Amino acid sequence: MATTTVIPATPAPKLNYLNNGHTLKSWLLTTDHKRIALLYLVSVTAMFMLGGFFAMLIRLELLTPQGDLMQADTYNKVFTMHGMIMVFFFLVPVVPAVLGNFLVPLMVGAKDLAFPRINLLSWYLYVAGGLLFLHCMLNGGVDTGWTFYTPYSTVGSNTNVIEAGLAIFLAGFSSIFTGLNFIVTVHRMRAPGLTWGRLPLFIWSNYATALVMILGTPVLAITIVLVAVERSFHLGIFDPNLGGDPLLFQHLFWFYSHPAVYIMILPSMGVISEVIACFTRKRVFGYKFVALSSVAIAVFGFLVWAHHMFVAGISLYAALVFSFLSFSVGVPSAVKVFNWTATLYKGSITYATPMLYAFGFIGLFTIGGLTGLMLATIGINVHVTDTYFVIAHFHYIMVGGALMGYLGGLHFWWPKITGRMYPEAWAKLSAMFVFFGFNLTFFPQFILGYLGMPRRYWQYPPEFQVLNVLSTAGASVLAVGYLLPMIYLLWSLRYGPIAGDNPWGAAGLEWKTTSPPPTFNFDETPVVTWEAYNYDEIPEPKELEAPVAR
Amino acid sequence: MTADHEAHNPALLHHFADAQQQKNAASLGMWLFLVTEIMFFGGMFCAYLIYRLAHFNAFAAGSQQLNIWMGGVNTAVLIVSSVTVVLAVKAAEAGKRKLLTGYLVVTVLLGMTFLVIKGFEYAEKFEKHHVPGPTFNFTEKFDDNGKQIPVNPKEAELFFSLYFAMTGMHALHMIIGCGLFSTLAVLAWKGHYTTNYFTPIENAGLYWHLVDIIWIYLFPLLYLISRHT
Amino acid sequence: MASQVDALYIYLLFIAGVMTALIFIAVAVLAIKYRRQPGREAVQIEGSLPLEISWSVIPFFVMLTFFIWGGVIYFKERTPPADSTEVYVVAKQWMWKIEHMEGQREINELHVPTGQDVKLIMTSQDVIHSFFVPAFRLKQDVLPGRYTTLWFKATKPGRYHLFCAEYCGTNHSGMGGDIIVMDPQDYAMWAAGGTSAPLQETGKELFAAFGCSTCHRSDAEGRGPSLQGVYNSPVVLEDGRTVTADENYVRESILDPTAKIVKGFKPVMPAFQGIVSEEQLNALVAYVKSLAQPPTGTAGLQNQPAASPAQPQNMQVQ
Repeated sequence: MATTTVIPATPAPKLNYLNNGHTLKSWLLTTDHKRIALLYLVSVTAMFMLGGFFAMLIRLELLTPQGDLMQADTYNKVFTMHGMIMVFFFLVPVVPAVLGNFLVPLMVGAKDLAFPRINLLSWYLYVAGGLLFLHCMLNGGVDTGWTFYTPYSTVGSNTNVIEAGLAIFLAGFSSIFTGLNFIVTVHRMRAPGLTWGRLPLFIWSNYATALVMILGTPVLAITIVLVAVERSFHLGIFDPNLGGDPLLFQHLFWFYSHPAVYIMILPSMGVISEVIACFTRKRVFGYKFVALSSVAIAVFGFLVWAHHMFVAGISLYAALVFSFLSFSVGVPSAVKVFNWTATLYKGSITYATPMLYAFGFIGLFTIGGLTGLMLATIGINVHVTDTYFVIAHFHYIMVGGALMGYLGGLHFWWPKITGRMYPEAWAKLSAMFVFFGFNLTFFPQFILGYLGMPRRYWQYPPEFQVLNVLSTAGASVLAVGYLLPMIYLLWSLRYGPIAGDNPWGAAGLEWKTTSPPPTFNFDETPVVTWEAYNYDEIPEPKELEAPVAR
Repeated sequence: MTADHEAHNPALLHHFADAQQQKNAASLGMWLFLVTEIMFFGGMFCAYLIYRLAHFNAFAAGSQQLNIWMGGVNTAVLIVSSVTVVLAVKAAEAGKRKLLTGYLVVTVLLGMTFLVIKGFEYAEKFEKHHVPGPTFNFTEKFDDNGKQIPVNPKEAELFFSLYFAMTGMHALHMIIGCGLFSTLAVLAWKGHYTTNYFTPIENAGLYWHLVDIIWIYLFPLLYLISRHT
Repeated sequence: MASQVDALYIYLLFIAGVMTALIFIAVAVLAIKYRRQPGREAVQIEGSLPLEISWSVIPFFVMLTFFIWGGVIYFKERTPPADSTEVYVVAKQWMWKIEHMEGQREINELHVPTGQDVKLIMTSQDVIHSFFVPAFRLKQDVLPGRYTTLWFKATKPGRYHLFCAEYCGTNHSGMGGDIIVMDPQDYAMWAAGGTSAPLQETGKELFAAFGCSTCHRSDAEGRGPSLQGVYNSPVVLEDGRTVTADENYVRESILDPTAKIVKGFKPVMPAFQGIVSEEQLNALVAYVKSLAQPPTGTAGLQNQPAASPAQPQNMQVQ
């Protein structure tokens, strides 16, 4: 009665992508998508810790109404860099570049992505951007806010705007090349028999994300170039004193940055689909609709950017149009939530850590999404825009949604990536810390926002203090929830029980190869003759909870 | 292992199932990259559109100051260079190494001609004090069918800012194209491309055509505003 | 207006609360009811088209109510009543400069009477700011290079926070103040204490001082169009367009006269960009607005009526 998760204590190590070459050069010049995914894992985690450090500084400063921890200028730099790092160097790349890079070729039955060398280039661009940003930070930082609004960023600020912009420009091209790779891989390299209708929803999500990456990011790139040029040569593209228009910057900026939020959430939604299917032992309810809604979100996402500009000075009628369109983008997101919930019906549900993160995602993404609808309602938007209400809204989606999806995915595929299982009890505990800490941090901010506390405030009127203290308390709990996985995941690399090919009994081609996979993924290219999520054909693993220690 | 290991194309990369898949992938990849380039330039075209609508007179005045002859010759040069690119691809397909190399070299030369003429144009702009920045000085008027309409120099400076940004970005892409084609010419001379494998020539050709098409939009939009005298 | 916004918010909170509760409860109940049990296998369900349609269409219609209600409130917020008292606001790093029509100037404070529609005409001297009064549930970005407006009618006396809500640099969070709402009698007493001239008086003096009156004569015989009654009237331009002479038009005509040339006139007016300050601009705009309506016709007419004895100079066609 062998379980599927236990293998003898010291197996003869089979050649896999991890031990296929031990030199530094074999890692830094690898073209293996799995190794590149790990390179990204390390660099993205480093940037996350830096961004989190800045978040800690923000919350500490906001414990008291006065600005007493640091000077106003410093605080302005801190929140700017928190935003820039978290958006451009963490949220945009994390799921595509870590999980996507690892899984996309495996899930479609290919040996690698379409352009492995471009994949490596993507990583180097990301690292170059990250290093440049670090240099900018050490040189005095930047204080424009992650949104770079003109004329402050072109004329008003005396910080390293151009350097920060250039760093983001490089990270942007990293993103573009990743997207390009994914699209070509999915179109041209699917295994025989793997039709579009049989693709895992993770692939659909990353495909839709890739579309947004290649269409939207170049606009950000040119906008950054124009800001840099204007700043260097004192031109007047966005400066009204010289005939320009500051609103043009906002339109160009948000044309990318709104779809960017879909880049940040769609891949995590894909993770959730995979996790829910596995831990309910069922095909996701309404597969076609969930797949199509990913594409719908990507397309509609390009039509709503000016909902960030309702009070910016756009015309009344433009505002009404964008409000209406913004509601329409909420429908496919809601459809996904309903379909995931419906998948639970008549399932056979277990509660491993990835599933806990999935439950958390559904709840918190629902709240984040509903507050998004509130923001799309212009009458409300006028009051709460540029306040902590917006901050709470996007953190619910990005942290309560995207980040929890990433953590769930990281745990789900950890055995596949590393060949080791993580300690389930510690993982569940961390998930609790994350969920509780997150809500305590950000729910008070909805109230703060409606009460009128503006964002990017170094000091605030005393009546806002209690809610701020609650928020900071939550942040410290949340921080523990993030630190714990870093510790136990690292621990598991050496001491975690060795995982089999398919410890979860999950569907998907990635589970049909070894854990960790060999360098070329499959000993033989699979030929797919089954539908996705064929859980009726896959036996349940006997042991899904704490695996037997080695 | 995949069958026919001895028989496959030496240029076949191992993660592809066969040469056809590799070619299709490379082709789709290049088309997608071109889409990103269109979006990249699109931002500037958008800025141009908005400001031209808002400040038509100043834009027309600025446009009338551009050297239409140099711009026109450059347009012809680029169109011819696209023809040589097409001929290069045909030569590659036919396996004609020397002809291929020749066409690639001519393409590069035409590209450099474009850049040299552009250089002269920029120098002329500098002499006329039409370069945005501290030296900018615009006193010319908009010639509207004989009527001389003065324009706001700040708005004219905006026109020239966009002119330099757009043609400058285009020139940068031309330089990259020349570098790319020079490399291809060297590799072609060494016999890298055969009838069975000339995908890089095709894809680089697509890139060159796109840069050409962008110029074909830039030229009338920048040089030909209100030139019906 | 604030209570209307709150009413909408409560409606949205209610719907959001119901939806959240529904999802949370559904997930909790299903997660427990269908936990793995020996002997029971998951049932593969492909989906349900009627369900998909229902839960796409019904939320969409609910969202439509959000859109319509929110849109109506927004429309009211963006449509100041015609009889509003106007107050000029100039934002700069890092303070709010307020100018009442009667001449009072305030820094970071705005006194208004209850029961009076107040329309703020705002611009910035440097970067983008945002005028935010949480108690009124209102906010409007203040931009350099143009006017934006915000209107309200205060109902309860008191002191209400004014915040800058668009990040503008070092002292963004210190750029606050108060809206001080007073009963009409108290307000009248406060207003009587001002020492500056009414805004349009200042504007009239500037109009002469800058030489505007040389060309923009009230007898319509100057080189420039007469400004009598021009405010808010249609103006026909050289290129055939007709525009309305609102505050932004008047402001632009002073700063960049060649942008919109009135039909029948030559582009000879000098540009005052960099010469006139924001406060002076506000005063000039106030003055132009105060010029009475002419007895007949639209303003901005050509100033060489056939019977006019004095022809303006500079009429040669080139």
